[in-house]
Amino acid sequence: MNGLIGKKVGMTSVFDGNGRNVACTVIEMGPCVVTQVKTEESDGYSALQLGFGEAKEKNTTRPELGHFAKAKTTPKQRVVEFRDFDAVEKAVGDLVNVDEIFEEGDYVSAIGTSKGKGFQGVVKRHGFKGVNDATHGQHNRQRAPGSIGAASYPAKVFKGMRMAGRDGGRRVKTTNLEVVKIFPEQNIILVKGAVPGHKGGFVILEK
Amino acid sequence: MDAIKFVHDQMTNQPEFPEFRAGDNIVVSYKIIEGDKERIQDFRGDVIQIKGSGSTKTFTVRKMSSGVGVERIFPLVSPNIVGIKVLKYGKVRRKRLFYLRDLVGKKARIKERKFTSKK
Repeated sequence: MNGLIGKKVGMTSVFDGNGRNVACTVIEMGPCVVTQVKTEESDGYSALQLGFGEAKEKNTTRPELGHFAKAKTTPKQRVVEFRDFDAVEKAVGDLVNVDEIFEEGDYVSAIGTSKGKGFQGVVKRHGFKGVNDATHGQHNRQRAPGSIGAASYPAKVFKGMRMAGRDGGRRVKTTNLEVVKIFPEQNIILVKGAVPGHKGGFVILEK
Repeated sequence: MDAIKFVHDQMTNQPEFPEFRAGDNIVVSYKIIEGDKERIQDFRGDVIQIKGSGSTKTFTVRKMSSGVGVERIFPLVSPNIVGIKVLKYGKVRRKRLFYLRDLVGKKARIKERKFTSKK
């Protein structure tokens, strides 16, 4: 899987060639530094480990500092491994730019951490319908989960029963996003549609 | 937000339309594509709102069409807008003229802004 790490800048809209207004997400993509090259012989599988975003030295552990020193680079905030990275041949310490991986018109997947929603009920969290009746004897039930199981048999609530709780703030992958435009000098990429996460959040684009 | 501004600068060519404000009476000529045919239609009305910035700036034009109020929102940098002509400059005291929606007939008129040369 070829890909890069970046930072979500925000959303805007641009007009395409047909005069259609297209909603886009602007992402600052790379340049990522190669921190490790894994090969079939040494590690049992082939992969490229990339780093992105400047981290403070005091917030980086000693082993990590050594790892980055090996690649002759500064500490990075995010380190991600891409298996079977075959778009470009890179050695440890090399930079990978956005235009080396992606092209305009490509379809990519975006992985990010979704916005945290806090403690949410089942209607928002799991898409339950609630009881869509305010009358016919209903009271305080419009967004209720309903039954969570039978009674004396099985005499328990099954594990994984969908209930209210913390929502958002988890890893989300959005697939089939079209690359609208790439600005290689500015390391900016525009993808059609929305990307998980808040502005300034880290995003992984995979091709 | 610099990256977004950069994208705006690169992806849109700033159109050269005459300046107009809320309250002005304008004619917007825009392209309509029907199948493979293309024609130009005019929309004449009062500007009741200008909002946004950069390539997402839009303006709303309101007109009365056979007694029914019609509003259309145009993106300012849309390639489908062929031209804008300002017919009347209006004298209004606010930027968003939503109060016009509740008024009909003579009350919904906008006073004209007169230009007097300073001497």
